[in-house]
Amino acid sequence: MPKLNIDGQDVSVEPGTSVLQACEQLGIEIPRFCYHERLSVAANCRMCLVEMERSPKPIASCAMPCADGMVIKTNTEVVKRARQGVMELILLNHPLDCPICDQGGECDLQDQAVAYGGEHTRSIDERRVVPNKDFGPLVKTEMTRCILCTRCVRFCEEIAGVSVLGAVGRGTHSEVTTFVEQAIASELSGNLIDVCPVGALTSKPYAFSARPWELRKTESIDVFDAVGSNIRVDVRGAEVLRVVPRLNEDVNEEWIGDKSRFAIDGLKRQRIDRPYVRHNGKLQPASWDEAFAAIGAKLKGVPGAKIAALAGDMVDVEAMAALKDLMAALGSANVDCRQDGARFDTSARVGYLFNTTIVGLEQADALLVIGADPRVEAPIVNARIRKRYRESALGVALIGQAVDLTYSYQHLGEGPEPLVGLADGSHPFAAVLKAAKNPVVILGAGALARADGLALQALVRQVVEANEVVREGWNGFNVLHLAAARVGGLDIGFLPGAGGRDTRSILEGAQAGEIEVVYLLGADEIDASRLGKAFVIYQGHHGDRGAHRADVVLPGAAYTEKNATFVNTEGRVQRARQALYPVGEAREDWKIVRALSERLGCTLPYDNLAQVRGRMAAANPVFAGGEELVAAPWQAFGTAGAVDPAPFAPVIENFYMTDPISRASVTMAKCTEAFVLSREGKTGTHG
Amino acid sequence: MLRDEDRIYTNLYGFEGSDLKSARARGDWHGAKEIIQRGRDWIVSEVKDSGLRGRGGAGFSTGLKWSFMPKNVKGPVYLVVNGDEGEPGTCKDREILRHDPHKLVEGALYASVGIGATAAYIYVRGEFKREIQALERAVAEAYEAGLIGKNACGTDYSLDIYVHVGAGAYVCGEESALIESLEGKKGQPRSKPPFPAQVGLYSRPTTVNNVESIADVPAILRRGASWFSSIGRPKNHGSKIFCISGHVNTPCTVEESLGIPLRELIEKHAGGVRGGWDNLLAVIPGGSSTPMLPKDVCETVLMDYDGLSSVKSGLGSAGVIVMDKSTDLVRAIARLAKFYAHESCGQCTPCREGTPWMAKMMERIANGSARVEEIDMLLDVSKQIEGRTICALADAAAWPIQGLFRHFRPDVERRLMAARKTAA
Repeated sequence: MPKLNIDGQDVSVEPGTSVLQACEQLGIEIPRFCYHERLSVAANCRMCLVEMERSPKPIASCAMPCADGMVIKTNTEVVKRARQGVMELILLNHPLDCPICDQGGECDLQDQAVAYGGEHTRSIDERRVVPNKDFGPLVKTEMTRCILCTRCVRFCEEIAGVSVLGAVGRGTHSEVTTFVEQAIASELSGNLIDVCPVGALTSKPYAFSARPWELRKTESIDVFDAVGSNIRVDVRGAEVLRVVPRLNEDVNEEWIGDKSRFAIDGLKRQRIDRPYVRHNGKLQPASWDEAFAAIGAKLKGVPGAKIAALAGDMVDVEAMAALKDLMAALGSANVDCRQDGARFDTSARVGYLFNTTIVGLEQADALLVIGADPRVEAPIVNARIRKRYRESALGVALIGQAVDLTYSYQHLGEGPEPLVGLADGSHPFAAVLKAAKNPVVILGAGALARADGLALQALVRQVVEANEVVREGWNGFNVLHLAAARVGGLDIGFLPGAGGRDTRSILEGAQAGEIEVVYLLGADEIDASRLGKAFVIYQGHHGDRGAHRADVVLPGAAYTEKNATFVNTEGRVQRARQALYPVGEAREDWKIVRALSERLGCTLPYDNLAQVRGRMAAANPVFAGGEELVAAPWQAFGTAGAVDPAPFAPVIENFYMTDPISRASVTMAKCTEAFVLSREGKTGTHG
Repeated sequence: MLRDEDRIYTNLYGFEGSDLKSARARGDWHGAKEIIQRGRDWIVSEVKDSGLRGRGGAGFSTGLKWSFMPKNVKGPVYLVVNGDEGEPGTCKDREILRHDPHKLVEGALYASVGIGATAAYIYVRGEFKREIQALERAVAEAYEAGLIGKNACGTDYSLDIYVHVGAGAYVCGEESALIESLEGKKGQPRSKPPFPAQVGLYSRPTTVNNVESIADVPAILRRGASWFSSIGRPKNHGSKIFCISGHVNTPCTVEESLGIPLRELIEKHAGGVRGGWDNLLAVIPGGSSTPMLPKDVCETVLMDYDGLSSVKSGLGSAGVIVMDKSTDLVRAIARLAKFYAHESCGQCTPCREGTPWMAKMMERIANGSARVEEIDMLLDVSKQIEGRTICALADAAAWPIQGLFRHFRPDVERRLMAARKTAA
């Protein structure tokens, strides 16, 4: 524990702490541009200079490790002059375009210039102009503003794991660019916008749309994957203008995926803003009254066994709780929240959670990924794995399609066969898992959605138990879910009841005419053609696959428009907060179900959100607590059975379009064109 | 004045061959086995006692530097020899490389023993084509004769020596940029600490030494520390290769004792200043980055580390650039400012932005379009970049300008005012 003195205060710090970090511990703010807590130290901006006793010249505090007996001064005239000097030089070639710069108002350089900038420039020379680069549809460049701090280069290299950015040229001719002239193909590229301390890298879709002080900011939860990234929704008027990450060390640190950040323009398109009822084969606008009347008329006399409900991927727990109660009141046990048709065992919570937790991955020393591609299924989880990989040369093995995960791994096979050897110890990687202190197994939700999901779940449990992946104080068994609604649905029990049908069985029943009414709660990822002649009620926010097939459409609220509960893949209960009102006549989803129940003569016993949440807490105590994580106890799950040797298929073909919102997004369409379609090779007629 | 028998580089001018046989005839490789067998500690203490200071420019004690190398480390340890000689006005390593490469190879072997290196890399400036050929031949000969490689000189010590060719960036002469370049990356200096002795080439303990420092080592070990320290002045021991260029009658590279008076050096070896001593205007004593000295200082100054730093200049790499009264000093320094702006790696803000700015101001002063007040601003900017960066390139850019105005400011001011009048 080195002890040092900073500005007259004694402080002892952990070995390896830099002077800058030690200053922060004392609440002394050190200006910086190139230094970023999560990136390697470059020490090139030279803004963080401080005085150190016995050093003839000021030192860069970000790069200087604390040592015993150091005496640091941060508030002397020498330090101030040094920083003023550096600031003048940074501003020397920085354009004075703050009035038209999107970074304005939240720019590190602007802020620091207030503290250290001169009142005018002493230079009479022309400023340097740097040609802009095309980084693709998400990140806008204004390279003349670049101060060459290389944060973006280090972010791509270290966090995102793609070596596309670099500084080329020398001296004043240095430029940050992609090599060569390509877009940044990373699902985390949007974070470059946050990482850039100036306006060199800004959001392309958000360009020139608002000033930060005009925005109403709401802290919420992301729903584009099952990670539950913490976000802030920035709204002006009735429009979500941007989504930015919110710090949560346990979940997303300070990053979010590109879909979470940029798919929001989809919230303005294809929206269902009023009820519709199908007349003569065409959906006609209707009032809420007419829509409920049409449902009531249809349900009259239909026995509960012929009614079914499916919940989609972005549905909140409140809506599922209400719909489950309604279905129970109608006498139906045919409910399922797994629209992908997965049939795994849900009796043990530990059997479907990401038990290690995302932050727990930082202790992992062996990792086995089964039937998952974390890079596209949960980029934030993948970034955490990569973080661990960089720190400790984590040994990773993959069973599934060989994909680029941004870190190297041992490829054990494409299908489930190696699992047998891993379970009986004959596979060499079994020894690695067993020898590890903190082994981790990640089972993809895509694997669980296979017809043999139940047997796979049991087989992986065997692997886990045989290799002691779950041991005293450590649970290395993880399911990586794809949908934000999934764990919430499982926790609230939006699952077939006794004698009830699951997703596959509901669809089969609908085709066979055994199911007459299907209630789709935001369920769009099913094959609508398999709904047969069933009467379909669709409740949701986008006119997507479900709504096209529906007989009655009820307009619900998107995740930015309701106070709602989501449970992430770790089992973390988090609340999304309403940032703006639902469009048109749309309402919060649980309220729709509650209103419908009244019309159907089985009024649900709650009138406000608190009562719904009370009902949820009664159904499952996890909803009674706060947002802290409750570990699930280890117990048996799954049913042993035959496993299909077929290879695991990729679950997500296009990262940029996985749900109704991103399918409606123009930005995501551009990304699809730039990153997904381009992979397939262009012909002469393109462009 | 250095006695002939004290000369280390007896083939500096290439009158004899650079091959192994000729080198052996000059005494190279003599008793190499015994020297290695005397061991690591003896070598380091001998070099430390000799008072050898780094010949690349910074003048840090070579033996002390070696003693910083961790002992009992597992895994590779490297010696890197810096032959990226790029300082304008300096051409000493070049002469060693092409005419006396065996001194370097032999020195690299002893230095490697001294620091416990498992391999040595000699990084040579890419433009030195003939020198690289000579060095590569010397290395091949040494391998062939069993002097290096497995069981070097018949001892149980083994060393591989690799010759690496640089790609022509001045900044790669900075030790950590050189390491980056050697690793195949863009030549940009690393932030220190950690120093190369802890984290160097391929993140392993590394010592980087100048070619001349290393090539001095065999003579020191053979003839003893006291012999070396008997030459020169206290704290400035030994002989040094000086490169005298510019307005002298016979520009030359010559090995001389440290502490020789500048005037004696010029008059004895370079045939005197063109047009006589009184035609002297100024001298840049240690390569382009050291501040210039006016004639009155040149009369008495002694050519060594402490002698030159006492007159606010430096020995640097001992590239003596002599300028007579025909020289446009402003123009000369403007050219140097342009050079440093061109060679800045662009990593640190002050150097990247400051060196071109200074170069532009120097250019304006040179062509007479600057205001007199701009001189103060220029000096202020030079102070703003000096000592604020990762490496010393920014300092090297600032010093020549500061040197110019320290001694010739009234002349420059007069010149600017005259230019103003003419323009008006």
